[in-house]
Amino acid sequence: MASEIFDIAIIGAGPGGLSAASHAAELGVNHVLLESSPKIANTIQKYQKGKHVMAEPGVLPLRSPIRFSAGKREEILSGWEDGLTEHNVNVRYNTEVATIGGQKGDFLIGISGGEQIQAKHIILGIGLQGNPRTLGVPGDNAAFVQYQLDDPDAYKDESIVIVGAGDAAIENAIALARHNSVSIVNRKDEFARAKEGNLNLILGAIDSKSIECLYGTTPARIDPPSDETFAGTFVLDTPSGEAQLPVHRIIGRLGAIAPRGLVESFGIEFPNDDANAIPALTSQYESNVEGMFVIGALGGYPLIKQAMNQGYEVVEYILGNKVKPADHDLLAAKFKTLPFDLDVDEVLALMQQRIPVFNGVNALQFRELILDSEVSLQRKGAVVFARNDYTNSFYTVLQGSVDIEVAADTLINSGQGNFFGEMSLISGRRRSATVYAADDCVVIETPRRTMNKLIASVDAVRKVLDQTFIVRTIQQKFAPDASIEDLLPVAEKTVINQYAPGQVIFSEGEEGDTLHFIRNGSVTVSSNVDGKDLVMSYVPANQAVGEMALLANVKRTATVRATVKTETLSIDKESFDLLLEKSPGLKARMQKIVEERMRQNIVLQTNTDSGELLSFLMGQGLGEATDVLLIDEELCVACDYCESACAATHEGTSRLDRKAGPTFAHIHVPTSCRHCEDPSCMKDCPPDAIQRGGIGGEVFIGDNCIGCGNCEQNCPYGVIQMSYKTSAPDSFWRWLFFGIGDKPGKAVNINAGENTIKQAVKCDMCKDQSGGPACVRACPTGAAMRLSPEEFVDLVRDVR
Amino acid sequence: MHSSFLSHANGRYFWFALGLITVSASAYILHDPKQPPNGGTWLGYTLGSLGLFMIVWLAYLGRRKRNFAKGWGTVRGWVSAHVYFGTALLIVATLHTGFQFDFNIHTLAFVLMCLVIFSGFFGVWAYRVYPPERNQLKKSQSINDLFLQLEEIDSQLTRLSSGSDNEVRGIVNSAIERTVIGGGYLDQLLGRDNSKLVLQGSVVDNTEQQRALDSLLEQMTRIQGLESTRLSEIVRIFGARKRILDTIREDIRMHGLIQVWLLVHIPLTFALFAAMIAHLFAVFVYW
Ligand SMILES: Cc1cc2nc3c(=O)[nH]c(=O)nc-3n(C[C@H](O)[C@H](O)[C@H](O)COP(=O)(O)OP(=O)(O)OC[C@H]3O[C@@H](n4cnc5c(N)ncnc54)[C@H](O)[C@@H]3O)c2cc1C
Ligand code: HEM
Ligand code: SF4
Ligand code: SF4
Repeated sequence: MASEIFDIAIIGAGPGGLSAASHAAELGVNHVLLESSPKIANTIQKYQKGKHVMAEPGVLPLRSPIRFSAGKREEILSGWEDGLTEHNVNVRYNTEVATIGGQKGDFLIGISGGEQIQAKHIILGIGLQGNPRTLGVPGDNAAFVQYQLDDPDAYKDESIVIVGAGDAAIENAIALARHNSVSIVNRKDEFARAKEGNLNLILGAIDSKSIECLYGTTPARIDPPSDETFAGTFVLDTPSGEAQLPVHRIIGRLGAIAPRGLVESFGIEFPNDDANAIPALTSQYESNVEGMFVIGALGGYPLIKQAMNQGYEVVEYILGNKVKPADHDLLAAKFKTLPFDLDVDEVLALMQQRIPVFNGVNALQFRELILDSEVSLQRKGAVVFARNDYTNSFYTVLQGSVDIEVAADTLINSGQGNFFGEMSLISGRRRSATVYAADDCVVIETPRRTMNKLIASVDAVRKVLDQTFIVRTIQQKFAPDASIEDLLPVAEKTVINQYAPGQVIFSEGEEGDTLHFIRNGSVTVSSNVDGKDLVMSYVPANQAVGEMALLANVKRTATVRATVKTETLSIDKESFDLLLEKSPGLKARMQKIVEERMRQNIVLQTNTDSGELLSFLMGQGLGEATDVLLIDEELCVACDYCESACAATHEGTSRLDRKAGPTFAHIHVPTSCRHCEDPSCMKDCPPDAIQRGGIGGEVFIGDNCIGCGNCEQNCPYGVIQMSYKTSAPDSFWRWLFFGIGDKPGKAVNINAGENTIKQAVKCDMCKDQSGGPACVRACPTGAAMRLSPEEFVDLVRDVR
Repeated sequence: MHSSFLSHANGRYFWFALGLITVSASAYILHDPKQPPNGGTWLGYTLGSLGLFMIVWLAYLGRRKRNFAKGWGTVRGWVSAHVYFGTALLIVATLHTGFQFDFNIHTLAFVLMCLVIFSGFFGVWAYRVYPPERNQLKKSQSINDLFLQLEEIDSQLTRLSSGSDNEVRGIVNSAIERTVIGGGYLDQLLGRDNSKLVLQGSVVDNTEQQRALDSLLEQMTRIQGLESTRLSEIVRIFGARKRILDTIREDIRMHGLIQVWLLVHIPLTFALFAAMIAHLFAVFVYW
């Protein structure tokens, strides 16, 4: 057995691996498919039962010997299993790959348990889910220890112990407690990682004794049962000594170990330490280890169809065939209107050669970037984007040039190979300039998420963007009349600093020798009043703090703290003096800002209530909001018309929960989306369905949502719900006179048959309503208001 | 910054309504008809038509409030105008009558209109007074927070009393079981407490938990030793429970008051429409 050498070993039987193995089998290539779990496609097995799996992106054709189209999880899985049998795929389950050694033509694959397998080429398709963290105690391989829960209703009248304190552990515990006796083992003495909703649920259940919680407890070992009716005995280290729990089942929910460490141990390199970094690959999916190929989610492709296509293509590449990638026609269509007579690969090459920021990007990544991007021909004079637009994509000029209007009648011309739009990309704020096509030109617009992915994985891109950002910021904000060359010495000395939420940037009484320009995030300015730290003001991105100390040569008069993750550019005294010299109007402008701030501070200093209210609002994470719904409890008559209005204008499901959320003084923060500056919900959406845009900068979810629930998990404020489609017809007159139909604002389920899925829904700031946000418009008393953090200062000023 | 419906757009509609009142009143004073002033003069017709139009428009608020998607302007603005023009209507309509009242359908319409308007006055008062009071009462907590605390206290009491003797346990458990929150609409508005308690086998009133608290205190004189520490703990927690219940009841009462007047305002609006149709019919067909 050890003597057999496979041509291709495919590791991981996810959609990518299955497709690759089937294609290899179809072509008669000597192969083996190694899967660590007992079944195929572990990631898909873990979807909720009956989930409708989507086949996004819809325009991409499927290229694979096994079937895949949108449908029920179960049907898709059984279709794939049939595909394996049909093509006689050589698959081995329960085979976890632990090590890989050797080189192309002679790889040695080590399986957990000691066995070794030899192969000439390796296709790595192990996805990103990683392996669940095990309990790590003697006996944790028993059959009644599991790390996943498909259907809580499948268990009744059992004694179940759940280990873990995150959302998954809590959700499982609550669901199981309906029919079982459940204990939850928490290493700490609180549930610090849980979302607020889950936290309330679990604490309620512990209070009412429907779940027992063992705080400060860790598993010690698992022993055989002391009596026949149980499956085993769970021995635990509790603060008061060892405890022995007879159990039927143990469920570990301790998170997963990301696969990166394992992948690196195979010799594959990642460009940097960023958690989102993906390994660098050639356009044929080959990694830095020759003969080792990476496909699917691990290679940065988060959807099933992409993974399957790559599985097919990579086998062709290994066999030395030059197939055109499945996305070839898509790219060809994108390039059709361009004034070049070149084929797809030539256009791509031209782009990389003409645009220096993209020089260092590998071919595969660049292809993906262009697939996500819009390439368009702009006629002379056309507006590419306007000042104050809330878009945040990134633009590069492939041909021709654009005029950037940084200030009234200050035009900066930017030509072929240059980029623009990086300011909003980085700060998450509105556009600070208007851009026109200076002549007929070709520009590439790349969405923020794609750009961020690129910045995370290619250091060279990050560097170029940062440098440009610094120079352009200094020019725009401090010295519009100075030339870029004049500013280079200042730019060189400017430093980019990063701060964690709550971290102090500088404190009151310190000697001040730098000015900070906030490039993303936001800060609070506070001062010590009667021994208490009192927040006086909030400063959003794109503004400077600390200028007072430099202008007046005084010590810091206030403490400045990051409200959320924040980045600043710091400019030292010497550079600042240079700027003052280069830009004659700067001093006067800065002084005006200082004056305005001082005035604000005095008002707030005399009123501790307003300072406390401001601190409360920041404590609710509103520092990262761009537009938030607040309710003045002194005006709210609890009619709930705000919710009805939301429901009526959003298919019957209200996206705000008025009653939920905290109140301070008279200001209530209901559970509702705040349209964060850097939205956590957008970070991990496989089909990129969450977008930001429009004049209001609203964050909204498109119809291509696949219902994976990532955004619901990722939003720190619990504002996203997973919901079936409903509708809310307006039948007012019928309802009023004949009692027929529903009260306006009531949801009606629409039966769209089998294929409905729960999709993510949230506030979209009524982007489709001509009159603006319906909640505020429907409030009869004026209690409901929508504000941006800049307006908080005015709000707290009139605390009564 | 944000403003209430009364100060909407710097009280724009207040001034409009005041203007309307001034114009109507001046016209009435300057107008010198050959007959005593009534609805039949040219000014009477004008004021009558204006009043009719205003009533229809005032009632249309019921539609606008629910026209979430296509409604024009903000409801706050509508309510602001509604309140001020509704008040102006009182003057306009009174002048329209020329102060000629009698026991007939015409005066009935007028009286109904006044009732609608006066209920509206109460409404404005309730909208301005109760929300701040409710907020003060709960000290920034939500009603859900209070219910959670109550639940927590109830389970604490059950646990504590499970070790006590039958009598104490009986008082505590039956007081918890028979605590009534809310009740009928009238109970809510009056803050009436129908809570009961089982004492020595019979069900007795336990308004504001007073009877239960008294009985527990009575027990304290009877019980001594270790048991009495437990009992005093029970009494202490029971006192906290009473305070929460009082707060919840008061909150529900005020919430009811904020909305109850609409139960007069809206049906009377319908009645007013019926009476007005009769009034118009009488005027134009039987005159
Ligand atoms: C809840 C949810 C819903 C989703 N819904 C959709 C949808 O509707 N449509 C869509 O297109 N995409 C959806 N996705 C994304 C989709 O699941 C992934 O893009 C896809 O599974 C990636 O495929 P893959 O082959 O790269 O990796 P995976 O599917 O993750 O497969 C990796 C396989 O490798 C195995 N493995 C891991 N480590 C080892 C090892 N050391 N040795 C051997 N085997 C190993 C694993 O057990 C697993 O079976 C969803 C994702 C989630 C989380
Ligand atoms: C004849 C005169 C009036 C008529 C026909 C009338 C009619 C109505 C109607 C139909 C509603 C809608 C109720 C609902 O659907 O919930 C309403 C609401 C209201 N009215 Fe009047 N009204 C009149 C005068 C007044 C006056 C004079 C005032 C106060 C000064 C007033 C204050 C209010 C208030 C505060 C509301 C509640 C608004 C809300 O919560 O949305 N009304 N009225
Ligand atoms: S859904 Fe959550 S994370 Fe996303 S923008 Fe809204 S509040 Fe922020
Ligand atoms: S619409 Fe206004 S008054 Fe009514 S519940 Fe909402 S915030 Fe309160």
